[in-house]
Amino acid sequence: MSPRNIAAEAKRKELDILGICDHNTAENAEALIEAAGRLGLCVLPGLEVTSQEEVHILALFGELEAALSMQERVYESLPGENNESVFGQQIIVNAEDEVLGVSPKLLAGATTLSLEQVVGFIHVLRGLAVPSHVDRIGFGIIGQLGFIPPRLDLDALEVSLHMSWEKARAQFGPGRPLVSSSDAHFLNEIGLAATHFLLEEGTLEEIKMAFKGIKNRKIIH
Amino acid sequence: MKLRELSGQLSLNILQAQGDLDVPVSGGYTSDLLSDVMAYGKEKNVWITCQTHENIVAIAKLKNLAGIILVNSRKPDQVTMEKAREENIIILGTSEPAFAITGALYNLLKK
Repeated sequence: MSPRNIAAEAKRKELDILGICDHNTAENAEALIEAAGRLGLCVLPGLEVTSQEEVHILALFGELEAALSMQERVYESLPGENNESVFGQQIIVNAEDEVLGVSPKLLAGATTLSLEQVVGFIHVLRGLAVPSHVDRIGFGIIGQLGFIPPRLDLDALEVSLHMSWEKARAQFGPGRPLVSSSDAHFLNEIGLAATHFLLEEGTLEEIKMAFKGIKNRKIIH
Repeated sequence: MKLRELSGQLSLNILQAQGDLDVPVSGGYTSDLLSDVMAYGKEKNVWITCQTHENIVAIAKLKNLAGIILVNSRKPDQVTMEKAREENIIILGTSEPAFAITGALYNLLKK
């Protein structure tokens, strides 16, 4: 996985919009925005934040700056240091796939932020809060917390590629926007699942409108 | 054994006392995965966990648990406290980790 390889693979799979959400970091978002931008792909920078309850939640933003502000919040609340023999090297690269540095943070760990705080920060930064793989027991919001806290202001739910739309719709109710994505950790996983949107352009604001069904923007399942 | 007596024997702190401390405890369940407690927790069990999210109150209510023990000196979130008061769910606390307090509770209930 490197920015140029990710961009090329996404292009080959005919994707238009990519979300980059590394665990608790957005340090490689800028490189992907640039590398994928050269191929005409839109990139939404973000993070997959681990809350105090060990719930994984996608924080997607319209601009790099917002993603980096979120990262700052996360880093302040993320204890521990990476053990490279366990979790591997956490390299930071540029758009030419050149290594710029290594993150010493324990990115695989959990923050000390409650789910409510994570969602609050995301919304202050005008991002989208989407709990990841809600159909999965481990690190999924329902597995960790038994059910989705009713007052939590979530923008959509992400279901993993193991669940069909029909099943997801039946299980998570008709009222909530649902998205699916590949959660690709390896190049060959890119595009294994995707969400089709009807949008004017590939921006976060357009996706926000699609979630709400505004001005004909929508999710096409 | 009543929850009150159990709390005394294990030197637990009563973090939220509104509820029934005289409920007879049927056993214990230790888990931090709330969906797991929903599936396997039994009525009048004491639930040992490090989770402090308000959803613990709903699970305790749903399963009619005797009370919740928070480990490692964790304190309930403020909303959790309010909900627990409303729903009469007793919350106890200990500085011990889950392993130690589970063992102590097991021995106590076995007597």
